Amino acid sequence: MLDLNFIIPEIFLTLSILVFVLIGVFVKNSFEIIYKLSLFLIFLLIVIIFSNNNEYSKIFNESISIDMFSIYSKILILISTFFILFISKRYIIDIKNNKFEYPVIVLLSILGMFIMVSSNDLIVFYLGLELQSLALYILASIDRDNIKSSEAGIKYFVLSALSSGLLLYGCSLVYGFAGSTNFETISNNTQAFNVGIIFGMVFILVGLAFKVSVVPFHMWTPDVYQGAPTSVTSFFSVVPKIAGMAIFIKFMYVPFREILDQWQYILVFMSIASMILGAVGAMAQKNIKRLMAYSSIGHMGYALAGIASGTENGFKSTLVYISIYLVMNIGAFGCILLMKRDGKYIEEINELSGISKNHPLISLGFLVILFSLAGIPPLAGFFAKFYIFMSVIESNMFTLAIVGLVTTVISAFYYIRIIKVMYFDDPKKSFERFTDYRIHGPVIISCILLISFFLYPSFLNDIVSKIIIF
Amino acid sequence: MNFPILSAITFIPLIGALFVFLTRSEKDEKNSGAIYISIFTSIVNFFIILFVWYSIDKTTSDFQFIEEYNWISGFIKFKFGIDGISILFILLTAFIIPICIFSCINSVKTRLKEFLIALLVLETFIIGVFCSLDLVIFYLFFEAGLIPMFLIIGIWGGPRKVYSAFKFFLFTLLGSVLMLVAIIAIYWISGTTDITEIYQTGIPSEYQYLLWLAFFSSFAVKLPMWPVHTWLPDAHVEAPTAGSVVLAAILLKMGGYGFIRFSVGMFPVASEYFTPLIFSLSTIAVIYTSLIALMQKDMKKLIAYSSVAHMGYVTIGIFTFNKQGIEGSIVQMFSHGLISAALFLSVGVLYDRTHSRLIKTYGGIVNLMPKYSFLFMIFVLGTLGLPGTSGFVGEFLVLVGVFKVNYLVAILASIGVILAAAYILWLYKRVVFGKMENIQLKKIKDVNLSEAVILGVLSAAVLFFGFYPDPLFQTVNASVDNLINNYNTDIQKNITLNK
Repeated sequence: MLDLNFIIPEIFLTLSILVFVLIGVFVKNSFEIIYKLSLFLIFLLIVIIFSNNNEYSKIFNESISIDMFSIYSKILILISTFFILFISKRYIIDIKNNKFEYPVIVLLSILGMFIMVSSNDLIVFYLGLELQSLALYILASIDRDNIKSSEAGIKYFVLSALSSGLLLYGCSLVYGFAGSTNFETISNNTQAFNVGIIFGMVFILVGLAFKVSVVPFHMWTPDVYQGAPTSVTSFFSVVPKIAGMAIFIKFMYVPFREILDQWQYILVFMSIASMILGAVGAMAQKNIKRLMAYSSIGHMGYALAGIASGTENGFKSTLVYISIYLVMNIGAFGCILLMKRDGKYIEEINELSGISKNHPLISLGFLVILFSLAGIPPLAGFFAKFYIFMSVIESNMFTLAIVGLVTTVISAFYYIRIIKVMYFDDPKKSFERFTDYRIHGPVIISCILLISFFLYPSFLNDIVSKIIIF
Repeated sequence: MNFPILSAITFIPLIGALFVFLTRSEKDEKNSGAIYISIFTSIVNFFIILFVWYSIDKTTSDFQFIEEYNWISGFIKFKFGIDGISILFILLTAFIIPICIFSCINSVKTRLKEFLIALLVLETFIIGVFCSLDLVIFYLFFEAGLIPMFLIIGIWGGPRKVYSAFKFFLFTLLGSVLMLVAIIAIYWISGTTDITEIYQTGIPSEYQYLLWLAFFSSFAVKLPMWPVHTWLPDAHVEAPTAGSVVLAAILLKMGGYGFIRFSVGMFPVASEYFTPLIFSLSTIAVIYTSLIALMQKDMKKLIAYSSVAHMGYVTIGIFTFNKQGIEGSIVQMFSHGLISAALFLSVGVLYDRTHSRLIKTYGGIVNLMPKYSFLFMIFVLGTLGLPGTSGFVGEFLVLVGVFKVNYLVAILASIGVILAAAYILWLYKRVVFGKMENIQLKKIKDVNLSEAVILGVLSAAVLFFGFYPDPLFQTVNASVDNLINNYNTDIQKNITLNK
């Protein structure tokens, strides 16, 4: 089979993006049509990727690997992008951001992530990463008349560029000491203790940690989440995290699998630190987007704990974790996008006070999602954490498990604080009443998924268990 | 038995809750559809459970009505099954929940429909706890009960509801997460989380101590035991009447059930090792919380502290490891379920009329509320363990059991009985007798029909099991024998191993 056949989705995506740009330039008021076309394109891509899932290969001189792992990550990326574009349309129009560039940039960032998650080579990986990051810089500052959005974009750009630089330096060190940019060759050429490679590994780790925002490289997250428009924040909180975690897994388990002892405790530290900071940082937040930022830092800490266990079950539990995380986060942002009063979108948690009286269904949905984020059984969020701690305890890391579970309790505090505001406090003025299937649909779907997950909790495990990455 | 009867009794309330959810909520008016559906489901469930109780084989200690489904493929099976011990708690749950529903119809003024949903969902989770034969399933139901209870306290509670709801939620969650670590560790140690298999293979004694402590942290908070009991008075005081009833009558029993089923059943060596800890904490609980109860000004708080004291007897009884002790503590839990529920309902009756729970508001209501005073007296006597009430049977057996093991503990625990008489009789005297000083009380009315029926049913149960507790003993007999036998053989094995 021709090598090109394997990257039909990427080729198709690239060509479509080019066509969309042309349409956007020559057709007036083209947001509507481009938006619809993008949704359709994403749907088509899902179909194409599904139809091609039995043929795995390493192509282009083994620099790209199309396998179950990359396909699973791509599907997750596509599904979450689809729903996020879906829920955010109303918001984009309301803040007058309905320019055709918006969906195009989102698609470009997806293209970058596609290349990134299927890369099997440092150079291809870096290309994908940069394409993704450049698109994300623009997205963060897309609401350019808003000073906070511009600030978010600049902040993200400066810090992210710095981390990309570190990452590139790490790549060059690894190349220098291992003599190859291919992931498998690197792992074969790595001896148990090779200072150069360990140095490179640490630099790469820093870059990756920045992209998925784990402590101590998390500083940009709250500001960018708060500053960026909510539609972009919802994208940031899910899609780049999936791609970042996927490539994180790949790096740790393919090129650096021989030096597991070296990176394991770095990851344990980062994981514990993120869990604690995510839990403690979110407590005093008044802005719900900032709270979600800290919440996502915490969740990335849990996801990282799975990788840190260093076993096969470990990375699989991480994949399950991010799959459930994306369902919860899409639902949560759907609810946040419904908070609108007098034509303005509201981000203060206190403004939610007593909405259970006026909006019983929305608040019930948000309640389910928040309990799930807190990891209370029988909701799906519990199983996500359960699998992670299964694998963590399998590798006898009891400290990590106990710290993780205690921070679950601490973070439960701020999730149930939102529930308290919604249910226990006296009602304020009600929000604007509107029924938009674009928002209500995904919120309801995510609630149903979260509740019914316990009926068949090995649904995701059955899929993930087929993944082989080394 | 092919029909999955345990799943049925567990999930019937959930289905009922779904139907209640689908009823239209009419504004201002009573949502009669929701009320009828919830009463119907809970009573039907009660009768099915009565049938299960009747048909369970009481001569064997095996788990019965076993159901097994593949759940997490390769890891964990969804396994249900009951023995003589669990069926009593299931029965208690199914008995108390309809009473709560009846009582809340009049006393819950806002969002009645949601309240009924929460109660029914809670019933599902509680019955699930007692039915489950797999540690993970058990944990799932054990924790899930937090959500409806948190909402019940928080939405329908009193003035300090937020503080109490948060304290309840976070205390219990913190206690339980350590149990989750232990459960996962058990999986990696013994390769299964199926309780029956773990009973057979046993857990190596060197692991038992830490695992026991992890389980202890969860059950001790839930029960609650002395140093971690502080969430209970707050939660009780702020919860609505029906919430307090469920909390006192059933939720606390999950801790005691956990001690019997898991701590003693799975970790006999560690249980023996930690018995002094349990005994000292429990005796402190019995005496100290009884003394605190004496000083309370709030009726609900007084009953809450008396619950902690009574749970002290339960833990003492369980860790005597003899038949009298363990059976006594099971009966004690059962009877405390009835009596504390009734006491909270009695306080609720007064609270609905005057909106005050303070003891000093009342006094001399015996002339105006003679029926109420009579029923209240039965429960008061039950609390102090008067022979002829179910409270006596449990306490007496626990004390008999502990006299065989440890004189000091027995004597100290007996002091608790006297203190219980002191605080509860003094409460009764101040509320019911004396001169009526509060003018507003003059208009107070006696119990109406539904309240009289609720309290009457409970008092009948208290007296019935006081005079004729044999059905309870017959049910638990075989299971308790088996538990003690397993315990003794494990201890013997461990002693010979160490030699």
